Amino acid sequence: MPEITYREAIKQALSEELERDEQVVVMGEEVAQYNGAYKVTEGLFDKFGGKRIIDTPISEAGFIGMGIGASMLGMRPVMELMFWSFSYVAFDQIVNNAAMVRYMSGGLINVPIVIRGPANGGTNVGATHSHTPENFIAYTPGLKVVCPSNAYDAKGLLKSAIRDNDPVYVMENTLLYGQKWEVPEEEYLIPLGKADVKREGSDLTIVSHGRSVITSLEAAENLAKDGIDVEVVDLRSIRPLDIDTVLESVRKTNRVLLVDENKPFCATSSQISHMIQLEAFDYLDAPIQRVTSIDAPAIYSDPLEKEQLPNVARVEKAVRSILDQVSA
Amino acid sequence: MATKKTTRSSSGLVEKAAKAKINSSLSNEEKIKLLEDMIRVRRFEERSLRSYQQGKIGGFLHLYIGQESVATGSLSVLGENDHFITAYRDHAHALLCGMGMNECMAEMYGKATGCSRGKGGSMHFFAPDKNYWGGHGIVAGQTPLGLGLAYALKYQEIDGCAICYLGDGAVNQGVFHESLNIAALWDIPVIFIIENNGYSMGTSEARSSKFEDSLAKRAEGYDMKWESVEAHHVYVVREVTDRWVRYAKENSKPVLLEMKTYRYRGHSVADANSEKYRTKEEIQRYQETMDPINVFRKTLTDEGIIDDEKVKEIEKNAKEEANAAAKFADESDFPTVESITEDVYWEADNPDERKSEGRLFFHS
Repeated sequence: MPEITYREAIKQALSEELERDEQVVVMGEEVAQYNGAYKVTEGLFDKFGGKRIIDTPISEAGFIGMGIGASMLGMRPVMELMFWSFSYVAFDQIVNNAAMVRYMSGGLINVPIVIRGPANGGTNVGATHSHTPENFIAYTPGLKVVCPSNAYDAKGLLKSAIRDNDPVYVMENTLLYGQKWEVPEEEYLIPLGKADVKREGSDLTIVSHGRSVITSLEAAENLAKDGIDVEVVDLRSIRPLDIDTVLESVRKTNRVLLVDENKPFCATSSQISHMIQLEAFDYLDAPIQRVTSIDAPAIYSDPLEKEQLPNVARVEKAVRSILDQVSA
Repeated sequence: MATKKTTRSSSGLVEKAAKAKINSSLSNEEKIKLLEDMIRVRRFEERSLRSYQQGKIGGFLHLYIGQESVATGSLSVLGENDHFITAYRDHAHALLCGMGMNECMAEMYGKATGCSRGKGGSMHFFAPDKNYWGGHGIVAGQTPLGLGLAYALKYQEIDGCAICYLGDGAVNQGVFHESLNIAALWDIPVIFIIENNGYSMGTSEARSSKFEDSLAKRAEGYDMKWESVEAHHVYVVREVTDRWVRYAKENSKPVLLEMKTYRYRGHSVADANSEKYRTKEEIQRYQETMDPINVFRKTLTDEGIIDDEKVKEIEKNAKEEANAAAKFADESDFPTVESITEDVYWEADNPDERKSEGRLFFHS
């Protein structure tokens, strides 16, 4: 199976869906003639032309709102945000309009839009460009949100997102764009709302999403050298949520660590923690613990930012502390 | 750059509009229908106000009373491929596109028989089957949606345009300007109509917007055509809208129109100060000289195609229809608790076609 980058996987998904459905357009800042701020859309303008691949002005509320309006009439716009952090200037559109129109019309309208782009810290760009708003989005009934942790998932999830009849927001990660994974040449889809056990283990379950999955897997490999056998569940999709796969793992390992790039208060992992205690309370041998970003705006200073985010050392430490607690 | 200067209403303007083909070609029945449309809208809203005062309608109630000529005239010239969207003062647009008084009144009562099944309320009426895309509660929030409707029509190579209505308070929102820029940049056939009733809630135009001659003149900054017009006469609104709809479609270009109008009631019925930020005399002056229904009734009387008896009949029918709608709404059932989680996700409402897995809803 060929290895391709996360960036290439997303491009393939876009290209395949553009070919499949004429109502799909790709729109965003620098996506066309500039070939993409992160080269995710490189070559698409040459291949599909200016009607399908559209450079927008720096005007997120305007062009995202426009995409929502167009999707109400049956188009399937895929809007790129250069950073999900920039969604905040379009918040009325992405929340009030995309998510509420169906409800307020009593089900007469649906909004098959996709908004995608990177949502991550760790790139040394300061607080305003480092937001991870999957928890904000998942909070809003009517919206769907996925956070692919690798190239294979990114391609399969994005293709499903584009075909979905509800608004789906795809949160990628700039630190993953250049990394390679095996991706089959033949077409495949990954349904939204299906978690994936990325590593099987018996001592403890890590539940994570996005790049934190990669961090968790690395920590798990290190811990394995000490005979600690960690299972890593990748949520992949935050809403819809496959809690059953999580619960199944918890019932097997009886110990849980949630690794989440969100800040701790009202994080994605807060909801996961609540659901585990509610539905698998009797299976827990220790309190559920979390490794999240340290609770402050994203710091600029490079070595400190690496400390602020979930990292391998913090994950390992948390796993050991849970296991020590159990054995004590 | 060609732009339209502000035109002041005068009998000359109305006469000119009356002679325009869009109006001169109207049959007597069609003219009477325009008057009837305005009367129906007003009687419906007056009835809804009573229901609000009786505590049957909650939330906000933004009445269009005084502004009827704008929606009536502009919507009456649209074709089958033209779409429209507005803000929260949306009852007139709903009735005029063919939504029934029953479903609209029931929606305001919060009943399951409402047009949005009791989930939207007064500000959120929709009828996509009639090209009506709402009904939006956030000031100017609908402006990029209107742009998007027109963009989709252009993309799909449909010979249509979109009208996006907004109030004069919306012209200072950033997203409106973003929409104007994109519309002009990409030659999108969208017609933004500012329904300028003079007040952004309780703040007068002069205290909220800086402009020269007309709010619509801001279009010049976007190299976009514009026109500003006194809009109390339905013939004038029809003539102006028709001309610019044709321009927008033939040239695939956006337009910014300002329709100067007036609302008799507060911003919403909850606006208890509606006679404190303006004088009673100001309201009376408009009612006496520029009321859209009275003005058009006089026109039709002068044209010899309507008499007092016919008007009385129209009034009686409209009142009866509005009363019947209130009765229908009153007697309808509230939505069920189960319905709270319907109409959230298309997939949840269409379980046979669902492709995703996992939980879409979360309970406590």
